[in-house]
Amino acid sequence: MEQIIAIVVRNQPGVLMRVAGMFSRRGYNIDSLAVGTTEKPEFSRMTVTMDADEATIQQVCKQLEKLVEVEAVKVLPPDSSSKRSMILLKVHAGEKRIELLRLAEVFRAHAVDVKGSSLTFVATGDEGKLRALIQVMEPYGILEMVQTGLVALERGDTSLRVESSRFSWPRE
Amino acid sequence: MKLTGAEIMVRCLAEEGVSTIFGYPGGAILPFYDALRTSKIKHILTAHEQGASHAADGWARATGQVGVCVATSGPGATNLVTGLATAYLDSIPVVALTGQVARPMIGHDAFQEVDITGITMPCTKHNFLVKEPAQLAHTLRLAFQLAKHGRPGPVLVDVPRDVQTELIEYVHDKLPEVALPQPDMERVNRAIAAINEAQRPVMLVGGGVIRADAEYDAMHLCEKLHMPVVSTLMGLGAISAYRKLFLGMTGLHGHERANNAVKEADLILAVGSRFNDRVTGERSSYGANKKVVHIDIDPAELDKNIYSNIGIAGPMKQVLNLLEQGSKVKDLSPWWQRIESWTSMEEDFGDEQAPLFLKALNAVIKDKDYIVVTDVGQHQMWAAQHLKIQFARQFITSGGLGTMGFSLPAAMGAALARPQSRVISISGDGGFKMTGSELYTISTHKIPVTAIVFNNHGLGMIRQLQTVQFEKRFTSCEFPGYVDFVRYAEAFGVKGEHVKTPEQLAEALAKAMELDEPYLIEVEIDPKDMVLPMVVPGLGIGDFVKFEEKK
Repeated sequence: MEQIIAIVVRNQPGVLMRVAGMFSRRGYNIDSLAVGTTEKPEFSRMTVTMDADEATIQQVCKQLEKLVEVEAVKVLPPDSSSKRSMILLKVHAGEKRIELLRLAEVFRAHAVDVKGSSLTFVATGDEGKLRALIQVMEPYGILEMVQTGLVALERGDTSLRVESSRFSWPRE
Repeated sequence: MKLTGAEIMVRCLAEEGVSTIFGYPGGAILPFYDALRTSKIKHILTAHEQGASHAADGWARATGQVGVCVATSGPGATNLVTGLATAYLDSIPVVALTGQVARPMIGHDAFQEVDITGITMPCTKHNFLVKEPAQLAHTLRLAFQLAKHGRPGPVLVDVPRDVQTELIEYVHDKLPEVALPQPDMERVNRAIAAINEAQRPVMLVGGGVIRADAEYDAMHLCEKLHMPVVSTLMGLGAISAYRKLFLGMTGLHGHERANNAVKEADLILAVGSRFNDRVTGERSSYGANKKVVHIDIDPAELDKNIYSNIGIAGPMKQVLNLLEQGSKVKDLSPWWQRIESWTSMEEDFGDEQAPLFLKALNAVIKDKDYIVVTDVGQHQMWAAQHLKIQFARQFITSGGLGTMGFSLPAAMGAALARPQSRVISISGDGGFKMTGSELYTISTHKIPVTAIVFNNHGLGMIRQLQTVQFEKRFTSCEFPGYVDFVRYAEAFGVKGEHVKTPEQLAEALAKAMELDEPYLIEVEIDPKDMVLPMVVPGLGIGDFVKFEEKK
């Protein structure tokens, strides 16, 4: 089943390679990956999605926790987490601009570029919603598209906030 | 106080109490070597960087202290990789220092530039490229802390040449201690209940017991309960082979008694073992009909290879002591009767002749402070099966990576680390040819290592595998050329002799142990000799290969 793992890491060079390397080295496949800094600039938060059974996901978490730059790991409950990824979608519009803009509204997608004979939309949502948007736009001719990895936060008061590192690191 | 980066590197080694390092110079590490010149730290110039990394590893295995090796950028650094991977797979604390091209040159494919932090990422516990001179000292201290903390492992620090020459403010400092994860008491109590219920318990000791210096704690627990003990290759020495509770080594070349005990046990208490495939054989049947209690400092080892009913992550000594306090003495005599019906480890080697050479050594090494370092292959398994190892850190071998060429340089490191001990290196002729050039280092520094070379003029383990798995289609397992290893040693100024019988070997070794200098003993063995018992590849550890017409 599709699992969402949140990983708080030290924000320093090479950390992405260490995390990604652990996945590839141990034969795990990442479906999507998103990385960005947190409210504390010394920490970044990664969100990884992967297809894995319960035993595998436990092993993935423990292997992640072993990396010395990883500060916190949590599998997020898919049903009680807010999940978003973002898509930018460039569609051939031609004579059908109005029609496309109406369709986009259904998905709360906004046009961000109208130059030339194409339209570029931006939309956010979970994987299912964005797939549906792509399907709807496909017949018009998708010129190009780009999608971010999924980001997710568990609902409610839980927090993966890290106050300080396990180890004492040299100051920047 | 302002010092150069190179001087700070030397200071940080001194802060950590490092007395000896192994290495090989080159352009990008020369500032460090210049600073080392006036230091009290002894530098052992090896014949090859691989020798330096194995020597640092041997030092660490013999003492538990961090071993240190040094190399230059590019090929110097890549030559360390096999040694680092060896240390990584066996959880050995090693710090490797490498020179790197100057910062402005990084990424330009400069002369002798490689991305050594990228290359060693999967075979070190952690690594660093020091880009900020101000971070150098702290990084080195952290490297030592990481190498030792929790489950030990190798850490590499890559220092660009211009960082080594820059003047930096130096302050003597110490990093704060980092706490270890504490065992879950609910699980400890469940483990105690499982031990108290078990009718046929077996303790399986692995290398983690030795890494944690927990051999006495393990022994007290099994002595109290009169629980049979089996050992993995890496755990040998944690429990003396002379103890009645010790059934032998378990695994693919394990003793029949040890493997059968694991197979028929209703409880396996695994301490500091990661259930490597060479220990378990076919995995799905391994834990059948039994409970597995698994104790390890590394939580990631629990349920990785073998599902454990109760997994406890925590410091080995502490968990073993808790189990000892809680467990109750019980009559295990029916279980012991069953165990004693199986062939004992003393009788368990078929008709092979080569094991007799190893058995003959037991009289020489018994109760002595001798360290045995093996290479990889048949002689390693014969040594593991037939040498009676009594003490932790007495048996040094490359288990996880199975690195041929490990023995001689690792023995050199062990001998320098423990000058009061005597070190016996055992190799096959194949492995000895790989790193035999370290005889130069051994001879130069008069390091009293006695190298025993088992010569069967080929790769015996390959021959054995081709016998079992490839219907005797032998290929690349014979060395048609001839090497006289005694004369090879003489070329380096090391004396030696040839022996033909187990008695001659024991005599030669006893004599060599009295010398204060290196010595080489070449033993002629039959190329057709096999390591027995042997588990059928792909089957469970109770299914042994039966050779009808072996030779």
